[in-house]
Amino acid sequence: MLQQAEISPEKIEQDRLYRDMGMTDEEFQSVKNILGRQPNFTETGIFSVMWSEHCSYKTSKPLLRKFPTKGPHVLQGPGEGAGIVDIGDDKAVVFKIESHNHPSAVEPYQGAATGVGGIIRDVFSMGARPIALLNSLRFGNLTTPRVKYLVEEVVHGIAGYGNCVGVPTVGGEIQFDTSYEGNPLVNAMCVGLIDQKDIQKGIAAGVGNTVIYAGAPTGRDGIHGATFASEDLSEESESKRPSVQVGDPFMEKLLIEACLEVIHHEALVGMQDMGAAGLTSSASEMASKAGMGMEMNLDLVPQRELHMTPYELMLSESQERMLLVVKKGQEQGIIDVFEKYGLQAVAVGTVTDDKQFRLLHHGEIAAEIPVDSLAEDAPVYYKDSKVPDYFTKFQTMDYKPAVTNYAETLKQLLQQPTIASKEWVYDQYDSMVGADTVVAPGSDAAIVRVRGTQKAIAMTTDCNSRYIYLDPETGGKIAVAEAARNIISSGAKPLALTDGLNFGNPDKPENFWQMEKSVDGMSAACLALDTPVISGNVSLYNESNQQSIFPTPIVGMVGLVEDIKHVTTSTFKQAGDAIYLVGETKAEFGGSELQNLLEGRYYGKAPAINLDIEASNQQAVLASIQQGLTASAHDLAEGGLAVALAESLFGTTLGAQVTVEEDVTAALFSESQSRFLVSVSPDNQAAFEEAVPAAAQIGVVTETAELTVVQGDKTIIAEAVPTLEGLWKGAIPCLLKSKA
Amino acid sequence: MKFAVIVFPGSNCDRDMYHAVRDGLGEEADLVWYENANLADYDAILLPGGFSYGDYLRSGAIASVSNVLNQIKQKAEIGTPVLGVCNGFQILLETGLLPGAMLRNEKMKFMCHYETLVVERNDTLFTSSYEKGQEIQIPIAHGEGNYYCDDATLETLQQNNQIVFTYKNNPNGSRADIAGIVSKAGNVLGMMPHPERAVEDLLGSKDGLALFQSVLHHWREMYVTTS
Repeated sequence: MLQQAEISPEKIEQDRLYRDMGMTDEEFQSVKNILGRQPNFTETGIFSVMWSEHCSYKTSKPLLRKFPTKGPHVLQGPGEGAGIVDIGDDKAVVFKIESHNHPSAVEPYQGAATGVGGIIRDVFSMGARPIALLNSLRFGNLTTPRVKYLVEEVVHGIAGYGNCVGVPTVGGEIQFDTSYEGNPLVNAMCVGLIDQKDIQKGIAAGVGNTVIYAGAPTGRDGIHGATFASEDLSEESESKRPSVQVGDPFMEKLLIEACLEVIHHEALVGMQDMGAAGLTSSASEMASKAGMGMEMNLDLVPQRELHMTPYELMLSESQERMLLVVKKGQEQGIIDVFEKYGLQAVAVGTVTDDKQFRLLHHGEIAAEIPVDSLAEDAPVYYKDSKVPDYFTKFQTMDYKPAVTNYAETLKQLLQQPTIASKEWVYDQYDSMVGADTVVAPGSDAAIVRVRGTQKAIAMTTDCNSRYIYLDPETGGKIAVAEAARNIISSGAKPLALTDGLNFGNPDKPENFWQMEKSVDGMSAACLALDTPVISGNVSLYNESNQQSIFPTPIVGMVGLVEDIKHVTTSTFKQAGDAIYLVGETKAEFGGSELQNLLEGRYYGKAPAINLDIEASNQQAVLASIQQGLTASAHDLAEGGLAVALAESLFGTTLGAQVTVEEDVTAALFSESQSRFLVSVSPDNQAAFEEAVPAAAQIGVVTETAELTVVQGDKTIIAEAVPTLEGLWKGAIPCLLKSKA
Repeated sequence: MKFAVIVFPGSNCDRDMYHAVRDGLGEEADLVWYENANLADYDAILLPGGFSYGDYLRSGAIASVSNVLNQIKQKAEIGTPVLGVCNGFQILLETGLLPGAMLRNEKMKFMCHYETLVVERNDTLFTSSYEKGQEIQIPIAHGEGNYYCDDATLETLQQNNQIVFTYKNNPNGSRADIAGIVSKAGNVLGMMPHPERAVEDLLGSKDGLALFQSVLHHWREMYVTTS
């Protein structure tokens, strides 16, 4: 194979070739100003990925600054591989969420698999052992062969990677809506556990120290992946399949063990994974954060293909690679650890004090860039924002559903894919490896215990994007509040969250307004509920064929169970227990599952939320759980009380007898916020009612497996629980199997 | 009693097994890296689950030809208990210490959940603490756990009473509902379900603990009678 001559700097400018790399004319001019000359091909590539939205947050930065990020328990906020929160006992949890939407749209198996791999590396590069994976998925309706294929392959990819690498996938959520038809969302979250003394940072300190490349060799896969992630999907996206990386979970498993051994080595200075923008971002960020420079000889980088150019080496997103900075003269001790695991580790460069990012290739300087300019001089855009017409219209509408047959409506709701059992999905994930999973997928939040202590970690992912579409500010508050309710219901105190912001093209003012308002709403809820944002990810340009996705800022929340005895699940435990509804129910159906069922679309107002009431209901329920007064607790969400009651019965042999007042439709199906469904044994009723003033008894758990709802002397619903459970469990497998 | 948990590149249930012995059973265990291992001092060998060598070639195939397997075969020959779970079972099949092979699950998907196992034999050193016919709850987590053997082998397994655990509701298509089998001599057990994940109520079941307790009882009896 002949090596092609590199395109000249003149031609890049003249033919505006930088545009193909996603760079604007103005951005190219700033690069020229920074360098004082025309950038060469490699340098243009490096700037374009580092200044892509995915790496620089140039559009979202002004919004991200609004998030509260501090708290007495926050050990590391946004800016490192992952955020860190103190859980006492000299231990901490490390976590982050990341999107892999565009790769998953064109190559779902590898797109999803490498999304999992990338987020695991973010966590163990901090020195933490990954203890749990979660995900948050959005697809179109389960009616077309393409959507079914995407669902099957994304799930298969998550399972293929997570199961092999040996980190349990303990939770997640999936929703289906038309807006995701051409642009599915695949967000993966990883939670790690660390002894605080072992916390590592990605810094390249100490002049003369050695830069070591470890893990898989570099190939031509994933070149310009970060740029691909920062543009709209179109018909041509299929041609970007080579931008999708290919993962090897076996390699990752070896890398985890080697890196967790290396962190105890005295010679290690800093460590960072090569994620988006590969070698470029890891190396330049490590140098920039330390206030240093770096020189690398690209000839030394392990390569699995011949004749790779500096451009390809720097922009490849080959997976399972790490960059380490090691004290000069002590390289061998580190290299030996990697070799024990059969991994390559080679010295490729040195830390310098000239603040330059210098790359050598075949004896020549392939790139020389002031390193801070890559991270710090990226442009920041303040996009135009405009209230969409639909919002103004929706605010004036009052949607009142007409329900006649309540039992039939409940049955249909239980079969809505967003509500139906996700067992088909999570059964494919090893949720128990590690033998620490106390609550596996299927309850409000997953729980993993912290061995050697009485504590456990609760975690969840959540986002009702329909509410956010209807009203981004209110919806943003609800997203945070609902995640917190999931954590509370499981017996844990919410600690902090990671945000996975997925939006459409921010150049459309209506889209940017959605971003702005949802961040405002989330920030307000974070403050009210004392859950700072400690890490996150932004994915913009989620559009296909000019159609934006619903604004989907996913909340990944982590909480602390102080004593394993507090662990609570959503299912009823004992016949005779009293059933309480905590919180007020109003007739709120905008964006509800019932509206989707009856109308096939969403309009009107999102449910209202009062953050003071939310906080006080949450605190009261958590206190009652910690006092041992509750047998079960469940957050009320999609489908309202009726669905929550049914879910609390599934997996048990019990039934429930419940009384509701007028208006029955609202009582059963409204999606009013700040509500919990709690069961309490008769002995604890008095104490519970005192602890949770917002609770009202609505019924009792019964021996017979039947859900009975009465209003006055009328029986509204009387259904055998196994019938309901069968419908709920069968819906998704049935939809996937049926021929479209 | 001292257990060796053999760790191959890609093993991922090694720590689960280690904790089951240390914290569940209360006996000694070491994580033993496959290279340069010395198994002489160990009273039982545990081959944990996971994806040794990334399941490349075939699950268990590459680990089965590593040097440490020669030592394990020697230990097996002198009667040392050898337990292979999940990928450990696959390795035992690949080495020939147990007969048969694994196919992909009938539904072609990885699956992870609790299954009800039936204890077919309680006269093995691994199952003496169970009742014969007892039904126990043990999790499975595998993509290739569909046990297969030919008619002649199945007949031999049945004649020699080598089938120790069966699935009550066969989840993966295994021949004759087989979940676990022992060697003819009875001291090598391979099973797809994970008893090491079921040793405490907190995690949902402690039905797996009796398996480890049985091994310990056996060792104590041996120790008492031979010293």
